[in-house]
Amino acid sequence: MSQFRLHINGEVRQVDVAPDTPLLWVLRDSLDLAGTKYGCGVGACGACTVHLNGVPTRSCMTPVATVGLKKVLTIEGLDAQARHPLQQAWVELDVPQCGYCQAGQIMTAAALLKENPKPSDADIDGAMSGNLCRCATYLRIRAGIHRAAEIAAVPVKSPVSRKTKPQAKEGV
Amino acid sequence: MDARHTASASAPLNRRQLLKAGAGSAAALSIGFALPLSPRQAQAQASNTFAPHAWLRLTPDNRVTVLCGSSEMGQGVLTAIPMLLAEELDADWRLVGVEQAPADGRYNNPMFGMQATGGSTTVRAHWTPLRQAGAAAREMLVAAAAAQWQLPAAQLRTERGHVLGPAGQKVAYGALVAAASQQAVPSAPKLKASADFKILGRPTRRLDTPAKTNGTARYGIDAQVEGMVIAVLSRAPFEGAKPRRMDEAAARAVKGVVQVITLPFGVAVLAQGYWSAQQGRQALKLEWDLSAKPEQAALSASQVSALLQQGAEQASAVAVDQGNLKDASAQAAKTLSARYEVPYLAHACMEPLNCLAWVQADRAEVWTGTQGSGPTQMVVAQVAGVPQANVKVNTSLLGGGFGRRFAHDVTIAATLLSKISGRPVKLIYDRADDMAAGFYRPASVVQFEGALDAQGRPTMLRADVGSPSIMAASGFMKIPESGVDSMAVEGLADQPYDIANLRIAYGRAEPGPQVWFWRSVGHSQNAFFLESFIDEMAHAAGADPLQFRLAALSKQPRLQAVLRLAAAKAGWGKKPAKGVYRGIAAAESFGSFVAEVAEVSVGKDGVPKVHRVVAAVDCGQTVNPLTIQHQVESAICYGLSAALYGKITHKDGRVEQSNFHDYPVLRLSEMPKIEVHLVASQEAPGGIGEPGTPPLAPAVANAIFAATGVRLRQLPIDPALLVVKKTG
Repeated sequence: MSQFRLHINGEVRQVDVAPDTPLLWVLRDSLDLAGTKYGCGVGACGACTVHLNGVPTRSCMTPVATVGLKKVLTIEGLDAQARHPLQQAWVELDVPQCGYCQAGQIMTAAALLKENPKPSDADIDGAMSGNLCRCATYLRIRAGIHRAAEIAAVPVKSPVSRKTKPQAKEGV
Repeated sequence: MDARHTASASAPLNRRQLLKAGAGSAAALSIGFALPLSPRQAQAQASNTFAPHAWLRLTPDNRVTVLCGSSEMGQGVLTAIPMLLAEELDADWRLVGVEQAPADGRYNNPMFGMQATGGSTTVRAHWTPLRQAGAAAREMLVAAAAAQWQLPAAQLRTERGHVLGPAGQKVAYGALVAAASQQAVPSAPKLKASADFKILGRPTRRLDTPAKTNGTARYGIDAQVEGMVIAVLSRAPFEGAKPRRMDEAAARAVKGVVQVITLPFGVAVLAQGYWSAQQGRQALKLEWDLSAKPEQAALSASQVSALLQQGAEQASAVAVDQGNLKDASAQAAKTLSARYEVPYLAHACMEPLNCLAWVQADRAEVWTGTQGSGPTQMVVAQVAGVPQANVKVNTSLLGGGFGRRFAHDVTIAATLLSKISGRPVKLIYDRADDMAAGFYRPASVVQFEGALDAQGRPTMLRADVGSPSIMAASGFMKIPESGVDSMAVEGLADQPYDIANLRIAYGRAEPGPQVWFWRSVGHSQNAFFLESFIDEMAHAAGADPLQFRLAALSKQPRLQAVLRLAAAKAGWGKKPAKGVYRGIAAAESFGSFVAEVAEVSVGKDGVPKVHRVVAAVDCGQTVNPLTIQHQVESAICYGLSAALYGKITHKDGRVEQSNFHDYPVLRLSEMPKIEVHLVASQEAPGGIGEPGTPPLAPAVANAIFAATGVRLRQLPIDPALLVVKKTG
């Protein structure tokens, strides 16, 4: 085991794990950040996507020893109020079904929008095709990214916010 | 047809009977209105919560919480169940929330007689009881207001969470919590006419989306409890195989590994974290002794195929036999025959299977995403050796289910590991474990014979099916005396066409791998078989595939209607874009009728591209059209992944596929355009999680035939076949 200092969602966290432990399992087993999901373990599905210094990265293939002082951003840290344009658009367009892959989808999409604030269908397909969704909510993922780009471009509240509605209890 | 009466009363169930019972008769399936909580219990909570039965909690802040006993695997039950209750409660939908109910017989699915989610039953099974639950609560609230205002209840009405009086009186439900709790629970509450629905039938956003976008949604794999260890399990390649060699000491030497446990069906490594457990497993260098069952040790894809073929050739369990096939053949203007085959399929849920179990002296608790909360409680009690009443099941969200999470393999193993180790154990299958663990859609072969008369009408159909039996594999069903596994022939035995001379037979073939329910079950292959062969008949008759079907579906107005709607919306009969060809198929399953038109082109390399799928759906009265659209899209893509890529094959007794590189699923860049058109219907609700899958593969294969003249009789689609004979 070895000590590692990690910059995660704006905080410095310390963990004591084997150096080859993938970042995914450090997040999930050591840091109680379970929003990042395990899907394949070989970088083939994208469910574990986080940002390392803004770059979308498969955390299941990233040994913790290689992370160093890079800034790690997970779904939990994407937006303090969980009101990132993608999160708003996802609610507005009812994007998730089972929802398991969606943290990875959103993190990949967030990196795309940062680089390309107004992506075309082809841009989206290119950036998102490594993120699998077995429920195949793909058409809504694509539409959701377009909608998020609109929301980000016009800094007003999404007109169909569900803010007033009670949300499903955490844990259901 | 008496199944509907026994369905609610008795377990174990015959799933097929139940599904049959459900088709078109959900309204008749009322469980009788047995309120699960007595008025006295309700009074105990009277001061702050109105909870007249197990499904509802209403609090003074006007919030309505609906408890959902069905499992959420993406199909939207956490929204549909509250909608049913809220409609009759006249709740303000903005104040309605939902909670997952515990495993508790009060939440039994009336179509199954147990708390289980599958067979596209949730809405069908709960359409009446959940509305009754809402209506009963509404009547109690009205009675409470009537008493306060000293008016007859008949003069009051309700609207969006309020009771309204004739002179403008208005009181919010929340203010009636205490008084309503004193009211008797009505035994026969009055239900609304569908014309008065304000919530049902309206596109409604899901209640569980926010949690699924901010990292707070909790799946089984996220469960935690103090002192928990993580386990990984190498399952024996088949039952009876034993470890021949393993280095336990090396595994234990891995930092974080706490224990190595050999079970009758595999070897598990328990560790402080997942990564240590995996490292420990690698260090084991486990080798299996496969000599116990040489035929299983040698199992190959070609053997599977040969066994299924043998089953079909010897098919002697007769599901349907009517007319005279011999005469029909003799008198036919044309006869044709064809052999079709599909492979085993894995479900490949995005969330690999897992279960956290904690067995203590006289009690046990599990946390898992299961489609069977009730059966899980029973199984854990048996494995842990504790009374069922002392088993708590925490049903989490499911990261995909598709039938796979109706099985208990992972729950049994986790419970055993906890019992042996004395610790809370979270067992996680890695992707390869998940894919190799069996519980596959059965591989299946069918041998068809068909005949046409001089007018090109179908006069004879014979189908001999060879496949493993889900009923036998299920553990809770039995093959009936007829020898026919009804799931192996569903969609064939009840085929919808006007064909006077018909024989459908089943020959059981058991190559070995455990089979199981897979989204749309027998329909997943039988619709491909039948709707492709019908297309062959249409071609042999020189008829348009749509017109051929319509002409032979004289007793199937709902199938005709969806075929017409899908064809009209797709522009059937008009020329598609250059190089694009259309195929059509339809099927009834799970109480719903779906037709699909696929538009496909085939590249020079033989690789097909599906450009658009137009679906028409008649699923009776609807709860949430938005969910219907999403489920049909999802079901189409599930079918398309299988048609293009899906196969589980064996070599030397082992599964050849291990991850998404060799078991590919559809990607965003491969998505067709999808249109879903609903037939307005006042029929009883049908299922919607599965019925979109069956017509997809034949619609695509029929389009490929239109494009290339090559009839695909095997899935997944082999592009090599399309290179050679491509003509367009």
